Formats: sequence, C-alpha cells, structure tokens
Amino acid sequence: MRARPGCRMPRWGDITTLSALPKLAAKILVTVLIGGFLGATLMRLAPGFGVDEEELDARLSAQSIQALRATREADSNLFVFYFRYLSRLLRGDLGNSRTLQRPVSQSVAERLPETLKSLVLGLALGWSAGFLLAVAIVMSRAWYLDLLGSLLVGVLLCLPAAVLALLFVLAQAPARLLLGLVVFPKIFRYSRNLLARSSALPHVLTARAKGLGNMRVLIWHILPTAAPQLLALLGVTVSVAFTAAIPMEALCDLPGIGQLAWKAALGRDVALLVNLTMIVTLVTLVANSVSDMVGKTFRVSET
Amino acid sequence: MKWARTTAIVFLLAVSAACLLANFIAPASYAHQFRDEPNAAPSRQHLLGTDDLGRDRFSRVLYGTRVSLLLAPAAALLSSLLAAFIGGIAGFAGGWVERCVMAGTDLFLSLPWLFLLITVRALLPLNVSPIVSVLITFAMLGCLGWAGAARIICADAQALAQSDFILLARASGSDGLRLLWRHLLPNLKPILFAQFWISVPVFILTEANLGILGLGVAEPLPSWGSLLRELEGFSSISGQAWQLIPLILFILVVSSFHLVLTKEELPI
Repeated sequence: MRARPGCRMPRWGDITTLSALPKLAAKILVTVLIGGFLGATLMRLAPGFGVDEEELDARLSAQSIQALRATREADSNLFVFYFRYLSRLLRGDLGNSRTLQRPVSQSVAERLPETLKSLVLGLALGWSAGFLLAVAIVMSRAWYLDLLGSLLVGVLLCLPAAVLALLFVLAQAPARLLLGLVVFPKIFRYSRNLLARSSALPHVLTARAKGLGNMRVLIWHILPTAAPQLLALLGVTVSVAFTAAIPMEALCDLPGIGQLAWKAALGRDVALLVNLTMIVTLVTLVANSVSDMVGKTFRVSET
Repeated sequence: MKWARTTAIVFLLAVSAACLLANFIAPASYAHQFRDEPNAAPSRQHLLGTDDLGRDRFSRVLYGTRVSLLLAPAAALLSSLLAAFIGGIAGFAGGWVERCVMAGTDLFLSLPWLFLLITVRALLPLNVSPIVSVLITFAMLGCLGWAGAARIICADAQALAQSDFILLARASGSDGLRLLWRHLLPNLKPILFAQFWISVPVFILTEANLGILGLGVAEPLPSWGSLLRELEGFSSISGQAWQLIPLILFILVVSSFHLVLTKEELPI
C-alpha cells in the first residue's frame, strides 16, 4: 500500500498500542473488582440472604440449625463475604443458582456460546447493513435513499427489542437476526452523520474538486477521518446487543444467558443475576477497550 | 424540518391532554372487567375492543399512556438533575474529583443497562401495590440513567470552567458555589434540556421492554409495557388488526419525542 502524507494504515506493533495494554488490563481489573464488590453487596443485602432451605427440615434439632447458622455467620461481615466470594471466583466457582439448583458456572458455560453466536451474527448483520447504507447515502447523495433510510431507522428506533422479538415470533423469522435489527439503526445513524461530516471537510472537497473518483475519496479521505469514532461505536454496539439479547432469548426461546437472566429475575435469583451481570460487564469492557485502543492507534497513525 | 417538529409537539400535546382527561374520556375504568365480553371486537361501547380479561382496551390505552407520559419525563428529570449535579461538580472541580467521578461513571456505563435493571428489580419486595410498582420502576430508571448524560455535562462544564467569562467572574471575587450556581449551571441549561428530551423516549422504551418481560408495572395498572404484552397472544394481523393500535400509538409518541429536538441539539 502506498504511504501518503497525513494518512497511514495502523500497525499493531505500534509502541503506543503495546504500552497501553498493561494500563488497560489494570483498568479492566479494577473495574471488575469494584463491580464485583457492588455485586457482592447486592447479594449480601438481597432479601432471603442467609436463609437456607435446610433449616426447614423438621428432622434437624435446634443444635443442628444453630450449627448451620454458625457456618454462615462469617458472611455477615460484608468485606469478609466479598473476600470469600472473590477467592471462590478465582477458583472459577460462581456459587449455586437457587432457581436452577446447579452451579452457576455450569449454566453459564452451557449458555454463553449460544449468546455469543447470536451476538456475532447480529453485529455482523447490523454493521454491514447500517454502514453500507450510510456509505451509499453519503456517496450518492440521493435524497430518496436518505429519506427511505431515515424512515426505516426512525421506526426501528421507536420499537422496543421485546416488541421486535414478539413480531419475529409471529412471523416465524429466525430469531438470531433480531440483534442485527436492534443495532442497525444506531450504526446507520451514527455512521451517516459521521461520514457526512467527514465528507464536508476541506481536504475532501479539494479531492473531489481535483476529480478523484467516489471510491478513492471514500477510502483515502473520508474513512480514515471517521474510522476512530466508528471503531469506538463497536464497543457500544456490543453492550446494546447484550441488552437486546434478554428479550430476544426470553421471548424467542433461545437458550442463552439472556434467557437465563430473565428466568433468574423472575425467580429472584440475585446470586445468578449478579454473576451474569459481571460476566456481561467484563465482555463489554473488553470490547470497549479493544475498540478504543484500535481507534487510538488510528488517531496516532493519522498524525 | 420545522414542520415535523411542530407536528410532533402538537401531537404530544394532544395525546397528553387526552390522557390527562382519561377520567372523563374513558368509557370504563382500566380494571373493570366486562366478563361477558372477553376478546370482543371493536364496537360503539368498546372502541378498541376488549382484552382477554374483558377490560376495555381504549380505556387501558388512555390510562397506560398517562402512566408512561407522566412518569417517563419525571424519571428523565431525575436522571438529568443527577447528571447535572454529578457531571457539573466533576467538570467544575477538575483534578482528582473529576477523575474519581468519571471513573465511577465509566464503571456505571460498563454495566449492561437491562441486566442491571432486572437485578435491581429482583431485589425489590414482591408484595407491593401496582402504584408503588410503577413508581419503583420509573424511579429506578431515573436513578440508573444519569451516567451517559453526566459524562457529556462534565465535558461541557470543564470547557465552561476555562472560558473567559468564568475567569472574569473569578477575578472579580466570585467563589466556588456562586460561580457554579450563577454562571456555570445557567450555561449548562441547553445541554441539560437536550439530555432530558433524549432520556424520555429511552425510558419509555425501557419500561416497555421490562413490561413485556413481566418485570415492569404490576397488574391491573396498565402501562405501555403491559399493553404491548398483549401482542404475545396475537395470531394474525388480518383477523385482529385493532390490537395493533397501542403499538402504532407507541411508535408515534416515541418518534414524536425524537422529533422534538432539532438536528443541532442532538448529539452526533
């Protein structure tokens, strides 16, 4: 690829990228630890904490019940409880689900791949449709295409993901595509505005005036300017897709962690919910950090 | 697009007026059951028919819209005020205060919105009245929705804190609180106003999602979430098209909220 002034493709070996990695990992770790503490606090304060079904066993004597309670007494201190929770977490033990009567880690291991599959498919679909439509509108400057796109996006932005899921069930459409429909309007709107702003920059206008073709203007002049902000959107769309996974999986009966979270909420299984929230937060944080880092690499290489 | 904005405002005003006058317009109470007429088709007595429990759908749409249209702006106001307080102080103070507050905001933003909401919802007591459940739902939305707006307000407050008129005010002896109250906050009004209008449809949509999942407002009080939940029993569009009217009204109201802000007021 020919090197041109003002625009260089990013390289992963850039010093800025590598030196940012430990800082980023530390940031994620601290965020997860604080998030974990908040989660543990929620679990500790949840109604029913410290109550065990075993205590209802009529065969147990008062001493046995007392002994059972004594084993849980140490958990009454929030910090001790968090320390124990954290040490269990380090061993991969996420505790037991009250509603499912099985280890949380087992349920998560079974269901997370399902959700990730839907997520990847939905994001790929939403990004390609939204970005390509935005590019087509900005480059062609066709008002009817813009109007059509805006109307479609306007309607989609007004529909809750749960309604879309119900309509998918009604139409017997493949449910996994729903996440694509949820992220599509956000990507389209943001990309169109960003590309339109970039295409109005003086250097782009000069390039056009010099007679450069649409494709060359897009690839060499518009996209490099818009790329860092577009990449930052990637992390945000992961979070949006995870959120939409709950109604999609709950209403379309897909066995992912969204459905698990919904069942846990209905069964008031706070331990399961907090662990799921932590896992989703971790995935979202990693996605956000990666997209931020790639965006920064683009910025560095542009200067 | 001035005409679209005007139309949206007029439409919102008309819908709000109809909902506020629901006690006079609605032919029946939202909870009253016409037990002989479950799932009735539209008629002169029941303009939008009845639901599977025999409740007048038109009345439920009016009362449900009232719940969402009154409480979503209240939740948006709460979240905007929280954002103004947190973001304003962080931006104005700068230094370690800003870094700490923004780290907390980042943490809050990393938490998946709906996961967090259903976790908090699961912690709340079960035996609450419908009115309390609706208040809890929207208060939760208001308390958890401030983070994004706080970040924007912090950036704006930071820029304002370094502007010439603030420097002049400092030079003429204005202290911290006076500067914040008299000079900074009035200049943050436009951004707060935009954040408020952006939050309203977001909260309406979130409540609808929670309601459809059965985690929102408790029955028999209607809200858009519980009204849209009826679509679960919907089998064909041609046979029961009137059941789609709440959905159409919902789309119109939410899109009207989107149209209220001009292009310049909207973030990119």
